[in-house]
Amino acid sequence: MSDLRGRIKDTIEREPVVVFIKGTHEQVFCGNSDRALQALRGVGAGFTTVDVLPDPRIREELSALSSWPTIPQVFVAGELVGGADIVQELAMTGQLEATLDERLGESWRRPGDERTVSVTDGPGLRVVPGG
Amino acid sequence: MSERLQELLDAAFPDAREVAVVDRTGGGDHFHVTVVDGRFGGLSLVDQHRLVYDALAEPLADGTIHELRITTRGEA
Repeated sequence: MSDLRGRIKDTIEREPVVVFIKGTHEQVFCGNSDRALQALRGVGAGFTTVDVLPDPRIREELSALSSWPTIPQVFVAGELVGGADIVQELAMTGQLEATLDERLGESWRRPGDERTVSVTDGPGLRVVPGG
Repeated sequence: MSERLQELLDAAFPDAREVAVVDRTGGGDHFHVTVVDGRFGGLSLVDQHRLVYDALAEPLADGTIHELRITTRGEA
């Protein structure tokens, strides 16, 4: 397993709710990624996001792990819940809260508790202006 | 391009009650597909959507589909 794939896997297993998106929780660059985050915010869930944009290999390794071709991808307790359409549909029918309750107990109710983590190895892959 | 997606979905879901493809922007790369098929009954939404992704693997891989929305239902 590549180091990158290992870090992605660790993140999925470590974070109660993790969403792989284009952008960060503070600045989303894709309407579908935003829909997934809004669905989670709508039920008052805290979550961690991972930006797939810094390196195309993040998305490749993630899709290889999850057998899911598109972004965003929402994982709860280490398991893929779906992309934007599914999470939005689950939120509308009350099943998103039920899924979170079932897998995480009450601990997911952390409105506004949002952060972004990196799965790349340090800042080495970031584009440095003039560099 | 909608026609190509429709053909791929029709081939993958020959017994579907409904297969619909909407070009959301008119640009031929943002689509909303709807599939209503009895074989979805008992499958999780993740597995239902995976079947649709499988059917559209080629246009997803070659970049034809820039963005895809999926609605699936088992027959009610």
